[in-house]
Amino acid sequence: MKKITVEVNGKKIQKEIEDNTILSTFLRDHLNLTGTHVGCDTSQCGACVVHVDGKSLKSCTAFAIDLDGSKITTIEGLVTNGKMHPMQEAFKKMHGLQCGFCTPGMVMSAINLLQNNKNPSEQEIRDWLEGNICRCTGYQNIVAAVKEAATKM
Amino acid sequence: MKNFNYHCAKDSKEASKLSSTNSAFLAGGMTTIPSMKLGLATYKDIIDIKRIKKLAGIKVASKSVIIGSITTHSEVANSKEIKKKIPSLASLAEGIGDPQVRNRGTIGGSIANNDPSADYPSACIALDAIIHTNERKIESSKFFKGMFETALKKGELIEAVEFKIPEKSSYQKYPNPASRYAVVGVYVAKHKSGVNVAITGAKSCVYNDKDLSKVLSSSFSSTALEGMTLNSSDMNSDIHASAEFRASLIVTHAKKAVEAC
Repeated sequence: MKKITVEVNGKKIQKEIEDNTILSTFLRDHLNLTGTHVGCDTSQCGACVVHVDGKSLKSCTAFAIDLDGSKITTIEGLVTNGKMHPMQEAFKKMHGLQCGFCTPGMVMSAINLLQNNKNPSEQEIRDWLEGNICRCTGYQNIVAAVKEAATKM
Repeated sequence: MKNFNYHCAKDSKEASKLSSTNSAFLAGGMTTIPSMKLGLATYKDIIDIKRIKKLAGIKVASKSVIIGSITTHSEVANSKEIKKKIPSLASLAEGIGDPQVRNRGTIGGSIANNDPSADYPSACIALDAIIHTNERKIESSKFFKGMFETALKKGELIEAVEFKIPEKSSYQKYPNPASRYAVVGVYVAKHKSGVNVAITGAKSCVYNDKDLSKVLSSSFSSTALEGMTLNSSDMNSDIHASAEFRASLIVTHAKKAVEAC
């Protein structure tokens, strides 16, 4: 067991964890932040994408202990003063979700895209979302939602 | 996953000292972590090297580009210096996995793992790279020994990779549509001394194709490769591509690479 200190969604957190604790387990089971989903658990599907120090990563493929001192943002951290993030609003408006399982990862990944590229083309959006799989195959509206969000962010 | 002791090394010396026959260095963890989760690998000690400052950063010299081993794929893909000096290397990095893999995965990790379909080993062979470790400097031609095998000894840590700046170069790959690993990847680099044609994905280990290199060294044009056929007897054959298809893909992608140079 080792103690780590991280900032999760703006809140400083100290926890004792086993060395082999995976970040997605830490978020879901230790902090009860179940908005981060675990789909394939083998870093292919992207449902578990979160931001660490401003960059997106797959939380099923990172050790929590190795992120000691980092700032982590999960889907739960996007709402400010009860208002959804523009990317969440855009997913709602453009019907960018069906069953909703992949959505937290899609939203986190898409926000990271717009942080790097304010006005991406359709191809750039599709290339960026390479690591996020939607089993409902709702990609048309997901892409439309990211485009919509780009006009608001 | 079996538990282990996590150590965060502050320098190469400490990392090396902590290593044993039952340990692994951890950089991005893009292969190490899934292997551990699947039970394919277990370690008593995991030695994190990501906070070793000496292993970070990109340096440009007059004839080479030196990339620290913990540099991520996205850092290489977005580096202005690399885009200017060896654009094909930046574009190779841009084509690895997905954005989240590129944010975590490192050049040192990719090379140390030596996956037969990884992209970076082909860059090392094509660009006559020298692998700098905490103990010595190793030429790429002597570094990649076989499937997942390298010349690295236990406790030996890659500190940087030094790529020779070519006159012209291009990397063309036929990616697996799901993983973006190379079904076949062809890295053509024209140096003053001759042309290297490094192939990944086709055999059990990356290699420099002597026949293609010879043809392109005497005439650097895609028409020089017209009608060439390669022996596919020791090429990989799997659900993604037969050995014969891989042999054909190599020639097609070598032509594309020459045209893109």
